[in-house]
Amino acid sequence: MAAVEVPHDEQAFLAYVQGGGQVETTDWLPEDYRRKLIKFIEMHGNSELMGVLPEREWILRAPTLQRKLALTAKVQDEVGHAQLIYRVVEDLGKPRAQCLADLVDGKAKFHNVFHYPTKTWGDVGVIAWLVDAAAIISQKALLKCSYAPYARIMKKICWEESFHILHGRDVILAMVTGTAEQFELVQEAVNRWWGPLMQFHGNPIAKEEDPMYQWRIKSQGNEEARQQFLDGYVPQIWELGLTVPDPKLRKTDDGVWEYSEPDWEELKHVVTGHGPCTDERLALRQRFIEQESWVRDIVSTA
Amino acid sequence: MNELLLGLADDELILGWRDSEWTGIAPVLEEDVAFSSIAQNEIGHARAVYELLTGDADALAFDRALDEYRCAPLVELRLLDWAHTIARRWLYEVADEIRIGALMGDGDARVASLAAKINREEAYHRMHAEMWHDRLRDEPRFTSAVSDLWPYALGVLPRDRRAELAHRVGLAEVAAVERGTHTDELAELWNEMTMVRRSAPAGAQW
Amino acid sequence: MIWEIFRQERKGQPFESAGSVDAPDAEFAEAWAREQYGRRGESVALWLIPRDAIHTVDKWADEFELKYRRVDGYSIKARLKEARERASAGTR
Repeated sequence: MAAVEVPHDEQAFLAYVQGGGQVETTDWLPEDYRRKLIKFIEMHGNSELMGVLPEREWILRAPTLQRKLALTAKVQDEVGHAQLIYRVVEDLGKPRAQCLADLVDGKAKFHNVFHYPTKTWGDVGVIAWLVDAAAIISQKALLKCSYAPYARIMKKICWEESFHILHGRDVILAMVTGTAEQFELVQEAVNRWWGPLMQFHGNPIAKEEDPMYQWRIKSQGNEEARQQFLDGYVPQIWELGLTVPDPKLRKTDDGVWEYSEPDWEELKHVVTGHGPCTDERLALRQRFIEQESWVRDIVSTA
Repeated sequence: MNELLLGLADDELILGWRDSEWTGIAPVLEEDVAFSSIAQNEIGHARAVYELLTGDADALAFDRALDEYRCAPLVELRLLDWAHTIARRWLYEVADEIRIGALMGDGDARVASLAAKINREEAYHRMHAEMWHDRLRDEPRFTSAVSDLWPYALGVLPRDRRAELAHRVGLAEVAAVERGTHTDELAELWNEMTMVRRSAPAGAQW
Repeated sequence: MIWEIFRQERKGQPFESAGSVDAPDAEFAEAWAREQYGRRGESVALWLIPRDAIHTVDKWADEFELKYRRVDGYSIKARLKEARERASAGTR
């Protein structure tokens, strides 16, 4: 049995990855694949890094030591994920400093949910429980990514995300079994986050038309991911006596969830850098990147 | 209540709170992860000492009036630049090693054993602080930050331990900024730290 | 400088590639790898290896397919069946 050779021809490469083949950093990669791969992975890294900002304020305000520790650990995990992801991008040829520069200049994107404000402790619970759940569905699908170095780090990422969801659910459960005001905090947060959550997995482009799926960078279509999210989490929301702010939301007899059309214009507007908190968060990132550049000079051996 | 132990716990709580402010915005991603562990350990130490003192760590951490906290001014300072943050970490670890060392010989077996446990974890904090100190010792931002914070660092320890601290740090003893008067910064910190907790009646679950 | 991190989950297990850190020296690499790969007690040991020290081998020649060296180079089913049949028919 001859060793597997990654084909050096775009059509054959496409067939290879569509047949489940994986590639390493040292393999030949078609230019289009490499470009799309870097953009996709970089957006993931940016999202982990930006996702930290809405949550870190609440570390300082956590109402018990246990919650403070758990939330600090969760945000720490996300920074760790950013580190893993940017290393993969760097090994593909784009240095971390360049990724960060493009991020703060608004040239690179990050997921919609991290452009929105967090207003209460209810948001802390909803983010850890539902936003992380939406993310983990996409992340599990990436375990089969055709680009092996990325698939490998996804294993650690998915393992760590499982704690986040449990933590989120624990925070929510404490509040929904607490005072009436605490229950309301959760309901209000669910109401505010529902729109962005429904937009999170992207518009329902058929996976055969999605280049990310064609190249098997993603192994799942957008709508498939959204259906998985609804199937897993709407029952969890309803069983606590919480409501979802969508009168059309229901599961049909064939097991498909129906819902009001998400606002795709809002999604586009937000991810192109016009979210409610985009500017202030990028400015914060930029401020600290610039202020502490002397530190990076001292610990860099490049 | 044992003032020395409460001072230790409050120092660890407030310094842990300050250090946790860097989660997500530290200068290097790898350092961000490592630094966050240090902050979590500090909160963990505070919790363990509070539990030894009264059994209700959250009540001590959150439910006291401002003037009931016994932390040293060093830990109260808001230092959102890396040079001062690392200078504080380094100075604090040297001072704390002296303090914990003394507690390890305490007559109360529970105190001695908790101090030993804390000391084993602090070994890694010291390694981390020394690592940064070695790399930054000639950097003007760092040396001037150490100068700024030196009077505060002395105030972490009781008077009879300060000569030892001065010897280890390699600086002459100066007038210390003493415990007993809180900075305005602590009031701001306390407000933020307790705002969610105060929004629900006492005894509410979170 | 890139350091490849290998982690051992439990004693007796092999060291497996877990990722990499960008650090100026072994001291920083250790401080950072400890937390990235061990803060949950998920590793009993780590190997930190400068990427430059690693010599990769990933090209092979197997032109003549020397299958006798491998399990899939042997097909014993047919002959085994015949041998069993002969033995039970008492032709020995």
